Amino acid sequence: MSDSSPSPGPGGIVLEVRDLAKEFVARKGRERVRAVDGMSFSLRRGEILGLVGESGCGKTTIGKLIMRLIEPSSGSIEVEGFRSGPRGGSGDLAYRRRVQMVFQDPYASMNPHFRIREVLEEPLLIHRLGKTRRERMAMAARVMEEVKMTPVADYLDRYPHMLSGGQRQRIAMARTLILRPSVIVADEPVSMIDLSTRAEILRLMKTIQEEMELSFIYITHDISTARYFADRIAVMYLGRIMEIGSQDEVIDRPVHPYTRALIEAVCEPVAGRARIARGPLAKGEIPSASDIPRGCRFHTRCMFAEEECSVLPEPELEDLGGGHLHACRRWREVAERA
Amino acid sequence: MGDTLRAGREPILSVRGLKLHYFTSKGAVRAVDGISFDLYPGETLGLVGESGCGKSTAGSALLGMASTPGRIVEGSILVDGIEVVGMPERSLRRDLRWSEISMVFQGAMNSLTPVYTIGELMAETYREHAPKRARDAVARGGKAQGAPMSKYLRLVGLPDATLGRYPHELSGGMKQRVVIAMALFLEPKVVVMDEPTTALDVIVQAQILDLIKGLKRELGLSCVFITHDLATEAEIADRIMVMYAGRIAELGSSEDIFGNDPGKGSQGSRIGSLHPYTQKLLASTPRLHRRVSELAFIPGSPPDLIDPPVGCRFAPRCSFAKAKCLREEPPIAELGPGHLAACWKAMEDPEYERL
Repeated sequence: MSDSSPSPGPGGIVLEVRDLAKEFVARKGRERVRAVDGMSFSLRRGEILGLVGESGCGKTTIGKLIMRLIEPSSGSIEVEGFRSGPRGGSGDLAYRRRVQMVFQDPYASMNPHFRIREVLEEPLLIHRLGKTRRERMAMAARVMEEVKMTPVADYLDRYPHMLSGGQRQRIAMARTLILRPSVIVADEPVSMIDLSTRAEILRLMKTIQEEMELSFIYITHDISTARYFADRIAVMYLGRIMEIGSQDEVIDRPVHPYTRALIEAVCEPVAGRARIARGPLAKGEIPSASDIPRGCRFHTRCMFAEEECSVLPEPELEDLGGGHLHACRRWREVAERA
Repeated sequence: MGDTLRAGREPILSVRGLKLHYFTSKGAVRAVDGISFDLYPGETLGLVGESGCGKSTAGSALLGMASTPGRIVEGSILVDGIEVVGMPERSLRRDLRWSEISMVFQGAMNSLTPVYTIGELMAETYREHAPKRARDAVARGGKAQGAPMSKYLRLVGLPDATLGRYPHELSGGMKQRVVIAMALFLEPKVVVMDEPTTALDVIVQAQILDLIKGLKRELGLSCVFITHDLATEAEIADRIMVMYAGRIAELGSSEDIFGNDPGKGSQGSRIGSLHPYTQKLLASTPRLHRRVSELAFIPGSPPDLIDPPVGCRFAPRCSFAKAKCLREEPPIAELGPGHLAACWKAMEDPEYERL
């Protein structure tokens, strides 16, 4: 597996993922689902990496693995030198404090019986931060100001149901930030929020990210928000990276046929498209991760596939320079035909 | 485009002053609060707005449906001349739904009864809703049933064998095709589609949008297309109606809403949307092919529809709002040919500087 990290720049590497794989066993061992199937990437301080792909591509599993909500089948994850090890082992808590998550559903990710002050205090208690309640409340107040939930006193005693979706997602951010993590995994943090408030949340996350030099893994099916939010984009398909690079490179100069299809499929709010058919971009739908096609795993849907794509071994990531990597053997022919 | 479609034609669907309220213990929620619009044959009207704006409620109201505790309290809905409001439930089922106007419900693809095959599900729809003459033909021993089903399955790109398959054997995109075939196969005059692409992956979304475009061409489909996403409307709708808090904020052709590129505007360039709400929604839509440093957002949240604000319902969130906007509700007015908006600012000065 080739290195998918960009050439070393100013920010040091905070997260290093190596040959990561996760296999789920389903139907009493009769089915093996390879949700993540050999992924390597790294994340630098202050950087946002967008993981983009369709449902079933393994992007949520990657997030859970980095969060250590599930154990990898093989491979390693390292955050600031702390390697994710066995649960409860030495270094486990230290690892966990450094990696925090913003969940998709701001309605389901908060205990409805907790007031906001308890929502924010709980992580501090678990990680034994803040000796007295007073100290913990001071930390809560500071983080509330950071996510612009002010005046703080108005919100601390409210219950989650008393807040709007946008406000809840701010609280979710605050709960994440209170541990002062280095890496935040945000899994579709705005997909359930109305468009008019979506931008508000993305903007808030970006401001905080820049101010605190946080690193983000931004998991989304929506490549348009990734363009706005992420610095680099990794396009995933069936548990593997198909293409990775700076967002400008990947979106303006896509190489892999799958990336091309994803980009072509996006609707843009401009007039005059209603009577134009786009024609097929890719065949059918994503196959099951329990039955990954041989050769290039995308060949069954690819509009450019030839026999070699199914016969030859799976292509590895190839570097085009400048940290732009792709896994298509026929990329030159594709560029000519597309 | 809308203008040429409309020239000399009668609307196939005509809605006037429609109000549908939900009667809760806290009071009446005015989910749809006086909307009027027409749909012309062969046209796709996009109905767009954020959650809670009344777009889905309005959509199902077109079939005479109001989920409890909702009730149509006022207005008129004419489907090809038939008045829907006040029609008894039995006639709605037998003489209107599916035979005259049908609907692809939001999430319908995941609500297909798992124990029936697609063929059985379609046959049930047929028995329940087919026009009387067709039902009689079946009763006389005719085999009318199978024919339209396979025809419409093929039209949506599915093989005949799909009739014998169970829902769980089909992928998301295939199920959505089945649901669309079920909305079409009794040949209704109008089809309402509520977020038919929302739950699908982006490539499958594009496939379904292409399918619907094809059906528009082949069948001359007249369609009300409901979604929260303006970009999807740009892809499918001839005209677009933007709803906010139970009312129509703006209604116009795709060019009226999104504007024309001034460089290549053969019909003269148009500056686009007239209503500040539509403009803000557009400005908060992330664009793939344009790198924007800042996305706009709208502060605050939509009003309580039990006790909506006097004056313009958007005024509390609008950066243009003046005293008049908070005091008096603007009427919806035609400010350009076929381009309607309910905004004092736009009414006084349609050329006002946009956000």
